[in-house]
Amino acid sequence: MARMKFLCDAERCIECNGCVTACKNENEVPWGVNRRRVVTINDGVVGAEKSISVACMHCSDAPCMAVCPVDCFYRTDEGVVLHDKDLCIGCGYCFYACPFGAPQFPQAGAFGLRGKMDKCTFCAGGPEKDFSKEEFAKYGSNRLAQGKLPACAEMCSTKALLGGDGDVIADIYRQRVFKRGKGSEVWGWGTAYGKPDQPKAAPAGAKS
Amino acid sequence: MTTVRRLTLACAAIAVAVGLSACGERDQVTVYKQGKYQGKPDTKPWENDPGASLYTSSKWNKGDKTSWESAVKTRNLAQNEYTRVE
Repeated sequence: MARMKFLCDAERCIECNGCVTACKNENEVPWGVNRRRVVTINDGVVGAEKSISVACMHCSDAPCMAVCPVDCFYRTDEGVVLHDKDLCIGCGYCFYACPFGAPQFPQAGAFGLRGKMDKCTFCAGGPEKDFSKEEFAKYGSNRLAQGKLPACAEMCSTKALLGGDGDVIADIYRQRVFKRGKGSEVWGWGTAYGKPDQPKAAPAGAKS
Repeated sequence: MTTVRRLTLACAAIAVAVGLSACGERDQVTVYKQGKYQGKPDTKPWENDPGASLYTSSKWNKGDKTSWESAVKTRNLAQNEYTRVE
C-alpha cells in the first residue's frame, strides 16, 4: 500500500476553515501553531477566487528530512513523515526547506524563543506509546491506530480535502472530475499522472 | 632528427600531457548521503488491538497489516460521496 497523501480540490473548497478547526480540536494544537491552513488566491474576485487547504504533504522525498541536522525525521510504512520531538532542536532548517510552509514553531519562552517543531502528523501520532498521554501531548491524536483517517479530511463538509491512500483518493478525484464533465484542463493528480482510457463524459456544464 | 623537430615533438607531448591532465579530475558534485533516523522507534498502527482505544470504529486483527489496510480503505472510500448516494 499505502502512500498516505492529501489532495485538495480547489473547485470545491469554500474556505470554511473546517479542516483547520478540526485539526486544532483533534490534536489540541497550541496557540500560534497552525498545522493546517487555508490559502486563498484572487480573494474577492468573482469567478476567480480559489482556495486550497495546505498542510504537510508527507512528501515521498521529503526535503525536511534531508536537511535535518539531527535526523529526527522518519517515514512510516504508510508513507507518513513524522519526527521525534525529543530529538528536535528547533533550528528551523526544515521550515526553510519545506515548499509548503508546513513546519511550525511554537513560542517557547518570553523572548520569542523558538520551540520544537510541530507539524501535521496525518493524525498518526508519533514515536511514543500509542494512545499514551505523552503521545497526545507531543504529537496529538493517533487516528490511524484507531483505523481512522485524518480528522481534517474526514470532517471536510464539501469533501474538497481528501486524505488517505494516494491511489484511492486519486480514483475518487478522477471520478469527480469526469462527473463534472471536465478533463485534462483541471489541475491535480489526473493531470499530472494521466487518467483512464475512454472516460465517460458528463453533460456539458455539469457541476459536481 | 633536427633540434627543431625534437623541440616540436617535446612541445606536443607537453601539450597532450597538460590537456589530458584534466581527465583525471575528481567529480566536483558532492554526493549527499541520506541521514538515518536517530530517534525513538514507533509502533505500527496495526500492532494495536482495535479495542486499545475507546474511539476505534474499525475492526482488524491485531498485528495483521492487510486487515488494517482493508479497514482503512473502507473508511477511505467513504469519502467518495458518489458511491454513498448512488
